[in-house]
Amino acid sequence: MATCSCCCGEDELTKQLDKIIEPYRGQPGGLIQVLTKAQELIGYLPKWALISIAKGLGLSLQDVYGVVTFYAFFSLIPRGRHKISVCAGTACYVKGTKMVTKTLREVLGIKPGQTTPDSRFTLEVVRCIGACGLAPAMIIDGKDVHGRLEPEQIPQILEQYA
Amino acid sequence: MKSLDELAKIRDSRRAALKIREGVPSATEKAHIMMCGGAGCISSKCTDIVEAMKECLAKNGIADQVQIILTGCMGPCDMGPVAIVYPDATFYRRLKVKDAEAIVEEHILKGNPVQRLLYRTPGAKEPTRCVHDIDLFKKQKKIVLRNNFYIDPTSIEDYIARDGYAALAKALTQMEPGEIIEEVKKSGLRGRGGAGFSTGMKWGFTAAAKGSPKYVVCNGDEGDPGAFMDRSVLEGDPHSIIEGMAICGRAIGSEQGYVYVRAEYPLAIERLSNAIDDARRYGLLGKNIFETGFNFDIEIRIGAGAFVCGEETALLTSIEGKRGEPRPRPPFPANAGVWGKPTVLNNVETWANIPEIILKGAEWFSTIGTEKSKGTKVFALAGRINNTGIVEVPMGTTLREIVFEIGGGIPRKKLFKAVQTGGPSGGCIPADYLDTPVDYDSLGALGAIMGSGGMIVMDEDTCMVDIAKFFIDFCVDESCGKCSPCRIGTKRMLEILERITTGNGKEGDIELLQELATTIKSTALCGLGQTAPNPVLSTIRYFRHEYEEHIKEHYCRSGVCEFKE
Amino acid sequence: MITLTIDNQKIAVEEGTTILEAAEKLGIKIPTLCYLKDINVIGACRICVVEVQGAKAYVPACVAPVAEGMVVRTNTPAVIKARKLILELILSDHPMECLTCVRNQNCELQKLAEAFGLTEIRFEGEKTSYPIDNSSPAIVRDPRKCVLCRRCVAVCTEIQTVNAIQAQERGFNSLIAPAFNEQLANVECVQCGQCSLVCPTAAIHEVDDTGRVWEALADPKKHVIVQTAPATRVQVGETIGAEPGSIVTGQMVAGLRRLGFDKVFDTDFTADLTILEEGNELLQRIQTGGTLPMITSCSPGWIKFAEHFYPDLLPHLSTCKSPQQMFGALAKTYYAEKAGIDPADIFSVSIMPCTAKKYECTRPEMKSSGYQDVDVVLTSRELGRMFKQAGLDMANLPEEEYDAPLGISTGAGEIFGASGGVMEAALRTVYEVVTGKELPNINFTECRGLTGVKEATVQVGDLPVKIAITNGLGNARKVLDKIRAGEADYHFIEIMCCPGGCIGGGGSPIPTDTEIRLKRIDATYTEDERMALRKSHENPAVNELYQEFLEKPLGHKSHELLHTHYTKRNRYQEEEC
Ligand SMILES: Cc1cc2nc3c(=O)[nH]c(=O)nc-3n(C[C@H](O)[C@H](O)[C@H](O)COP(=O)(O)O)c2cc1C
Ligand code: SF4
Ligand code: SF4
Ligand code: SF4
Ligand code: SF4
Ligand code: SF4
Ligand code: SF4
Ligand code: SF4
Ligand code: SF4
Ligand code: FES
Ligand code: FES
Ligand code: FES
Repeated sequence: MATCSCCCGEDELTKQLDKIIEPYRGQPGGLIQVLTKAQELIGYLPKWALISIAKGLGLSLQDVYGVVTFYAFFSLIPRGRHKISVCAGTACYVKGTKMVTKTLREVLGIKPGQTTPDSRFTLEVVRCIGACGLAPAMIIDGKDVHGRLEPEQIPQILEQYA
Repeated sequence: MKSLDELAKIRDSRRAALKIREGVPSATEKAHIMMCGGAGCISSKCTDIVEAMKECLAKNGIADQVQIILTGCMGPCDMGPVAIVYPDATFYRRLKVKDAEAIVEEHILKGNPVQRLLYRTPGAKEPTRCVHDIDLFKKQKKIVLRNNFYIDPTSIEDYIARDGYAALAKALTQMEPGEIIEEVKKSGLRGRGGAGFSTGMKWGFTAAAKGSPKYVVCNGDEGDPGAFMDRSVLEGDPHSIIEGMAICGRAIGSEQGYVYVRAEYPLAIERLSNAIDDARRYGLLGKNIFETGFNFDIEIRIGAGAFVCGEETALLTSIEGKRGEPRPRPPFPANAGVWGKPTVLNNVETWANIPEIILKGAEWFSTIGTEKSKGTKVFALAGRINNTGIVEVPMGTTLREIVFEIGGGIPRKKLFKAVQTGGPSGGCIPADYLDTPVDYDSLGALGAIMGSGGMIVMDEDTCMVDIAKFFIDFCVDESCGKCSPCRIGTKRMLEILERITTGNGKEGDIELLQELATTIKSTALCGLGQTAPNPVLSTIRYFRHEYEEHIKEHYCRSGVCEFKE
Repeated sequence: MITLTIDNQKIAVEEGTTILEAAEKLGIKIPTLCYLKDINVIGACRICVVEVQGAKAYVPACVAPVAEGMVVRTNTPAVIKARKLILELILSDHPMECLTCVRNQNCELQKLAEAFGLTEIRFEGEKTSYPIDNSSPAIVRDPRKCVLCRRCVAVCTEIQTVNAIQAQERGFNSLIAPAFNEQLANVECVQCGQCSLVCPTAAIHEVDDTGRVWEALADPKKHVIVQTAPATRVQVGETIGAEPGSIVTGQMVAGLRRLGFDKVFDTDFTADLTILEEGNELLQRIQTGGTLPMITSCSPGWIKFAEHFYPDLLPHLSTCKSPQQMFGALAKTYYAEKAGIDPADIFSVSIMPCTAKKYECTRPEMKSSGYQDVDVVLTSRELGRMFKQAGLDMANLPEEEYDAPLGISTGAGEIFGASGGVMEAALRTVYEVVTGKELPNINFTECRGLTGVKEATVQVGDLPVKIAITNGLGNARKVLDKIRAGEADYHFIEIMCCPGGCIGGGGSPIPTDTEIRLKRIDATYTEDERMALRKSHENPAVNELYQEFLEKPLGHKSHELLHTHYTKRNRYQEEEC
């Protein structure tokens, strides 16, 4: 494997992860909750974290990995500083998601699912962010909704995120 | 809180304080400004407006005489940010930060509503000031969203003031479990999550099922892309869900509930978990509620981005921390649900109906709606339509009324083409059927479904083959992959649609699509696969000519598809 | 009882019966693919759908319970058409390489295609393209051929409780694999091959080593010898279509000679030897206060399981090598010396019901002769394949005898192949060694059968010996957890990795199910009774071996050649720093 998946230099994280695991020790039922919190803590789910979680909850790594890869919310790779989620829900699709994604691909030079080489943006396509009234919409960093998007505005919007 | 008296006391004192929201001027307060705090309005920066208003109020020295409250979604999201100012129930729309001053200084201080911010019915000369006079709202009937104009979703007392938890009190002190179930059965309430199964029957099965403990689950996964009804309830009136579930707990003999909410709804999760904490603090959840010996508590489980987890068996598995893969039924959740125990699972909107049914009675409820579909239905209107947002209408309202009267028709004088209900499981309904009343059975007969309430309007610029491809693409993405018809079949359907929309369609492709669709529908393991072909079948049914144009003439009348030969 | 109608015939069955089972009683065989009785009942492939009156969609017969008054049609044109389309879809995501496939002619998918008369695949499109994993010396994973029936997962997690493979990703990208699609060799897979035994296709199969054996046989410089495990003689017949439970010892020996093996020996011989070593080890542990309970160590799948999952219990394991590896060590020392052959020229092959033995022979400890003790392990399935390739008609071969001395054995060695066999063989010897008296009844029937955990107390002189016998790793866990908890007061435990023991090993002929296991077990005890000698300590060749070479059980040479040690392993894919 190309990248080291060990935990050296991550002592502090390890400790905090242990705290997340602790209430669920030996309880496989808590897996999704633990993964959610672990991702919140670390930003993504590195292999070492999955191993700790598997051990803590009494699961095989296979079970943990199977769950991680089942749910779109979990990421096994580090993401950019800013996450752009373009809505491709029906309302947005009907009102022009295609254009938005196309522009973002051009401006950022990456495909959905990828991260820019400078680790600034991760682009992903999601289904409905609940802002259908503002279609087409995208949400940045899980909180800033940008609605009624026109391709021309996009570069400007991105400038706000360093 | 221990007793009914205490509840009544809180209700009465709080109700008095909120009289202003019912139009009664108050001696001590000038106004309550209800600012929509739904996702749409928040994203149009309504909180900045609130800040500006607060500053302005302070500047004018009346900060203590005006309350500003962030509510749940009020419905007309694309006019957002919107607000209602009480006591005169003035409805403002498209607010900007700079409008804060006008509202405070003109309206609140001088009593002159700001004309330019009022709503104007398209075509009308004069704006309409009062929210109760606006057509868009008049045609609606609010049961599920009964509180969204009125309460602060973060205040349990606001909820109690609107008779909140009175239904639970009634269920605990005046009704036997069997009676509760009977009442729900008699109301004719059918599940709002899509399938429309009788809620009372479902409770009855679970009550009768062997095994304990039993569980009560709220399905707040809301995965249908283009629908956000459940979100508006969770954000705007979270206690109604808690109360509904507790009533069910009493009816079926359960002490533990779970609410499954998708992770994409952080605000809903926050509001709901605060509401749960408040309810616990008030003794409305926990041990020995109202000193009746009844215990009930609720935990939140957060979904992690899998549409299929809306399917009931998948959701239950997901609650257990596993891959959310559906399993064959029987056994049904009523007999084997969470942790293999008897479980009632209902949709958010279904739950929100329960307190009203218990409080006002089945008879009242069953006067609303059609013969086989009682009550109201919340829809999320979106797409090529003027008023996008949330509407709640009595069952039996026609599609035309929803699209043209409430929804305000199609923008830019474009031609209506179709309305899509039921999301990826549903179908497209063309203009010829606009006078169909919305209820479970009429929509089903048209090859669409009621679904959970997504309603997407399409105009002449929408290519129906492209839309069919969009929905199948969604299902391919979201298929769990467990069963072969769905895993491979939907993928093959997508591939065929891809070649049709790029000009590589072949003679016989339509028939092949139909053959695949029928087989997938009749053989897939769960509802996702069983309904995934619907959008394709319904577009072939009503728009076959568009398919043929793509295949034979490499022509897309909406100009959406790009043909590369 | 529930009454229903299937294809116009009425039938009454017990509540909880599935439509599939009810139909079977009427002689109606509904096709299946993902279904594995009692083990995998998940309704995933949808090949078994039937029409039920009143139901909105078709119903999967394998999971749907019968209901009173149900009216089922299993073969309407519409149902057949639907099944056929599902199969067509499955094949549209399958590399159709039957001619060059290890499961050619013994593949459930291929059989379905034939039965449904499929003549065309109308779909072209993306196919699953995960790479083949041939990292393991025993098991190959080929996800391209996987139909995602999850039978392997069910066996690995439910029966074996190893959980080395699981469903990963979702939708069209679904994959059955270890976490991170890691190679099997690098994870806690115990190489038992039970997954390969239940896989309906070639998506998981044994590593095919026949080529290396053909090569050795063709090499005039090599002295190629072969040993056959106890279980093989009640298995190999099935590979050419004989009834399960057929005993083909003599024909197998004859066939092996015709393939060109220079000597045909028997693992039964070292099974007898194992009893002497292991029996004495047990007595020594009892007498000297050694670690008890002592657990058998002849099943490499079990050994690897213990190393990954119960490393703390490794001191409980007998230090005896498996009979295969004892044989390997002796072949290139004792036999080489006796026959005057340079061990470097000996090519040692074993025929095993087992995939884990392919892995075992590559373990670095297994070189006590100075060479790799066993060069190649072939499974029963591979031997069947070699016979076919050579055009040998086993059914019509004469019965021949094993070569001496490493081919001489007793019934005690023979019963090693069945769960409880090692224990019974050990008791036959330990009793007589300890008491000095002849056993009144040689058959310890309490050791026999398919029960997951068998327990008994056997009076050996003054000593009541408490024993336990488990088969299938899930059952082993039950006893191991007791030991961990300090609640086990056994002296001696036999643990076999595979359900039923080696007769149901991961290298057995396909199909292998409970019924077939029982038939092979019956055959095993029949064979035992046919033997002139039935106690290991009466094996003259073993006694000669001690006199000429080893001196005594647990002696210095024994330790060097016949005993081994174990390694603690990670359960998780942890990298060493
Ligand atoms: C693929 C799929 C997705 C579903 N998604 C949801 C959902 O997001 N919310 C929901 O309430 N029901 C959803 N359902 C329906 C549920 O399975 C279930 O029928 C419903 O929650 C029951 O509640 P009700 O009786 O109150 O409608 C979905 C069903 C399927 C097959
Ligand atoms: S129909 Fe689709 S989502 Fe449902 S079980 Fe089958 S593969 Fe999974
Ligand atoms: S697995 Fe079966 S169907 Fe597939 S190539 Fe091999 S023999 Fe043919
Ligand atoms: S079965 Fe068909 S494809 Fe296979 S070898 Fe014979 S003719 Fe060729
Ligand atoms: S060989 Fe055994 S342990 Fe390994 S994957 Fe197969 S069943 Fe599991
Ligand atoms: S590897 Fe074989 S047994 Fe396992 S899921 Fe795939 S086809 Fe089924
Ligand atoms: S039980 Fe037999 S076949 Fe199975 S792993 Fe052990 S030795 Fe091999
Ligand atoms: S148990 Fe396995 S190793 Fe032992 S004799 Fe039987 S086949 Fe050989
Ligand atoms: S912890 Fe180990 S593996 Fe990781 S970087 Fe340090 S040395 Fe390398
Ligand atoms: S469809 Fe885009 S926000 Fe709902
Ligand atoms: S979010 Fe404000 S009206 Fe819907
Ligand atoms: S055999 Fe019944 S679904 Fe696979």
